[in-house]
Amino acid sequence: MSLDQKDVLHVAKLSALELSEQEAEEFTKDLQDILGYVERLESVDVHGVVPTSHVHGIVNDFRDDIAKNSLKLEEVAEMAPEFKGGGFRVPKVL
Amino acid sequence: MNSLCKLSAQEMRQGLLDTEFSAVELASAHLDSIKESNETLNSFITITEDKALAAAKAADTRLSSEKENSPLLCGLPLALKDMLVTKDVETTCGSKILKGFVPPYTGTAVARAEKQGMVVVGKTNMDEFGMGSSSENSAFGPVRNPWDTERIPGGSSGGSAAAVASGQAPLALGTDTGGSIRQPAAMTGIVGLKPTYGRVSRYGAVAYASSCDQVGPFARNIPDLAMLFAAIAGKDPQDATSVAEDVPDYLAEVAEKATSGLAGLKVGVPQEYLVDGLQPDVKSAFESSLGVFEKLGAEIVDVSLPHTEHALATYYIIVPAEASSNLARYDGVRYGHRTAKADTLQELYAKTRGEAFGKEVKRRIMMGSYVLSAGYYDAYYLKAQQVRTLVANDFLAAFTNHCDVIATPVSPCTAFKLGEKTSSPLEMYLADALTVPVSLAGLPALSIPCGLDTQNLPIGLQLIAPAFEESKLLSTGNAFLTEQPFELKPLTSGGQ
Amino acid sequence: MIQYEAVIGLEVHAQLSTGSKIFANSGTEAGREPNTLCDPVTLGLPGALPVLNKRVVDFAIKLGLATNCSITRENEFARKHYFYPDLPKGYQISQYDKPICQHGHLLVRVGGEERRVGITRIHLEEDAGKNVHGEHETTSFIDLNRAGVPLVEIVSEPEIRSPEEAGAYMRQMRQIVRYLDICDGNMEEGSLRCDANISLRKVGTEKLGTKVEIKNLNSFRFVERAIRYEITRQTTVLEQGDEIVQETRLWDEQKASTRSMRSKEYAEDYRYFPDPDLLPIVVDNDWIERIRATLPELPEQVYLRFKKGHQLDDYYCELLTEEKHTARYYDKALEVHHNQTALANWITTELFGRLNKENLGMEECPVSPENLGTLVKLIDEDVISGKIAKTVFDEMFSTGASPNSIVEATGLQQISNRDEIGGIIDEVLTQHPEQIAEFRDGKTKMLGFFVGQIMKRTAGKANPKVVNELLMAKLKGD
Repeated sequence: MSLDQKDVLHVAKLSALELSEQEAEEFTKDLQDILGYVERLESVDVHGVVPTSHVHGIVNDFRDDIAKNSLKLEEVAEMAPEFKGGGFRVPKVL
Repeated sequence: MNSLCKLSAQEMRQGLLDTEFSAVELASAHLDSIKESNETLNSFITITEDKALAAAKAADTRLSSEKENSPLLCGLPLALKDMLVTKDVETTCGSKILKGFVPPYTGTAVARAEKQGMVVVGKTNMDEFGMGSSSENSAFGPVRNPWDTERIPGGSSGGSAAAVASGQAPLALGTDTGGSIRQPAAMTGIVGLKPTYGRVSRYGAVAYASSCDQVGPFARNIPDLAMLFAAIAGKDPQDATSVAEDVPDYLAEVAEKATSGLAGLKVGVPQEYLVDGLQPDVKSAFESSLGVFEKLGAEIVDVSLPHTEHALATYYIIVPAEASSNLARYDGVRYGHRTAKADTLQELYAKTRGEAFGKEVKRRIMMGSYVLSAGYYDAYYLKAQQVRTLVANDFLAAFTNHCDVIATPVSPCTAFKLGEKTSSPLEMYLADALTVPVSLAGLPALSIPCGLDTQNLPIGLQLIAPAFEESKLLSTGNAFLTEQPFELKPLTSGGQ
Repeated sequence: MIQYEAVIGLEVHAQLSTGSKIFANSGTEAGREPNTLCDPVTLGLPGALPVLNKRVVDFAIKLGLATNCSITRENEFARKHYFYPDLPKGYQISQYDKPICQHGHLLVRVGGEERRVGITRIHLEEDAGKNVHGEHETTSFIDLNRAGVPLVEIVSEPEIRSPEEAGAYMRQMRQIVRYLDICDGNMEEGSLRCDANISLRKVGTEKLGTKVEIKNLNSFRFVERAIRYEITRQTTVLEQGDEIVQETRLWDEQKASTRSMRSKEYAEDYRYFPDPDLLPIVVDNDWIERIRATLPELPEQVYLRFKKGHQLDDYYCELLTEEKHTARYYDKALEVHHNQTALANWITTELFGRLNKENLGMEECPVSPENLGTLVKLIDEDVISGKIAKTVFDEMFSTGASPNSIVEATGLQQISNRDEIGGIIDEVLTQHPEQIAEFRDGKTKMLGFFVGQIMKRTAGKANPKVVNELLMAKLKGD
């Protein structure tokens, strides 16, 4: 599977990352290298092998439906770069 | 350096109980040590002097009233990797994107240590979000190795390792995703444990690759390490992936087996780890380590972990994929850095993230988004998860049929020079080849020093055990270091 | 002329009425001050981890059982990635290829006909927060109180064929979630909402046309109107020989039309993968049976019971089963007095009328079902007249008192004593000889005049049956 700069820009968009031209070039080469390396997995026979998402195979961990204290509004506001009138602010969503 | 900073944690404990010195004196000595050497080592991003002194004062009160009944770690200084969330103390993950972020909560591992009365002296420097093997990828500048300040201390928990190796703190916490505790421990000549996945809560450990991340301890000897590990281990209702296995008294188990040797222990040696890329003196130190085990009565057996050669590729698919997801939350809306130049929502995201993430972080986000994107998931991510199963099965088969623990070198090389490997990401990744298989399998692994290379740089030995058998690692490691003690030169030769 | 038929699938989102969020322990109350139901998990703070609320799983299993689904024995959560300010982590935790329920169906009645509509899947996910866009502001306001509120998404098969059927399906889904007590069904507040997928195909063909998704359908009326509009729009497009564009459209109630939503500026590629923070959910038989034991009688079952057992007509059956509380009320009233039609009538006219007027729900009804049963019993036993009963009912509604006590306290008992009524009739007749004469001349409507006079003297309490009988006898006999 080959990857070109167009793919890199597409992935950058998916990742919400603004890349400089230089970065786009550099990452194209880096990703080509890394993908070239990981291509070795193609040779591994995984027929019938169950994929691992969780290493220990444990299941069913729950919490009870009990509401506890939320953060104070001041704490929430203090962390936020822009917080006005009780809410986070972003450029207008159209 | 104040001689208090050279004591082991156990000696500090004794000194506190005997009122030879107070927790406040102990904290002050370490804070002085940090201030003295931080300019050189750059091991700390934040020094929490006031909070440390207040905590030390509280510990003194507790020690004087509870005495021997006080928790073992009461009043002992602790350094925290800046990946661990601390209430009211800036937590940056070594990233510009979290500069100035002051969390409203403390994570579980840290809370457990604090509950014991530990005194947090500061937050240590690291590769941004844990992504790196040299602690050079930090928005706060690179960390330097106390053995040779022209060299890297390993990464990503390089600041914590450097702090413990240099007497800035007797104990530290780090996180390990693909070797980030083991490799810096090896490169700085201290001991570090990557616990079994699920053994320590990840709540409040900033996520890099959730299926591999574990919080673990650093120390200068095994009993100290066991003490800290016992304090942080155990099921946490706030982390669904933490496991409800009993937590043994690690210190007692280490003490019990300290003099009994290793008779009957089968130490497996996987030939797949003794690859061509291994630095020759790393290889010879490893081989002579096997002699130490034999001397202690253990049997060395050959084991095969045939999928080892595919582990690194697997790791560099799964980990960036999870990272690309975990780092999507840094968007400049609720906390952290926000660009000053956005007119639209799209610009807000792209510029905030483009400006504030370092190059390696961006690279891994890109790689991760790519392997998860439409049309590639099956070929990359799903395939990698399947190979992950094979890697884990290799270990399982070895432990079931052949051996009790597995021994390998930690890193193919010793501490390299700053800037030496920054030009080629892939070359840097290859340095993780010996630590990532364990991460994929979720097993516990201990890093202990086993010698010096020709340039007098420490070499690490990795011991791997079946899941939840950290006790076996700790007692084996302790027996080894008792038989072949290691001199931590930055500490022993440090100025009085 | 080519005939087209509509192929409609609905995606219904229902907020589950839990006390805390799906993965976090903040509360879920609507209407709280913005951003006051936020904790580290809800805000997506670094290091925070989700832990699944068990009740959410219980509720989903309950809904699955009630909609004839099979419960997926091992289901799991995945991450769905996109950037939006109401989505704190940059991904939504949702179920992707292993949803908790699959392969169910509902029987939907439209115009007396019953149709089976398949349910493809029901999956669990977290709700997003809210973006508020003030008209004169340059920024949007983000409130994350709703972020992390548990949702089930119920996806139907594309087997709905008309706007009416879509409306009926939606109504029934609301009825079910309310019977199960897992969602308040409040569409205005968005606790229950719906997206519709609509395409047209030539009648008699199998191949599906290009589908259009309509969002923002938060009332039954909108669902029907939007689908009707969209069918017309698509028909026109096809008849002009144009092609349908696959897109998402928004229902605009004011303009009574759908409009194309601006396509998202980010490419849509959700990059799903299993969430490593959450463990698989394994549902065993015990768990399923435990939940099954808590299932109430479902609307469909109650409907059939009322229809067959009580021989009520469809109209009453529908009204009485729409809400669980109403059906229960009716059942309880019947225990006191077994007159099905009369009670059905009282509940659906007088009681609903007053509740509506006072803006009260059935569960807040001041008249107990036992008291309403007693009231009808008093009528049937001739203790009070139907007319007086309405006065008594008004008093019951205002005070909550029992009909017996009201009747006793105010002396509203019906007078059925023949001697007493006979005496009153005699008095009236004596005082109105002229009217008697008129009656005997053939003016039969004078009968009404006499009844009126008698009722006036008895304050309406005279048993009309007895009055009529005696009056006729006396008028004819004299």
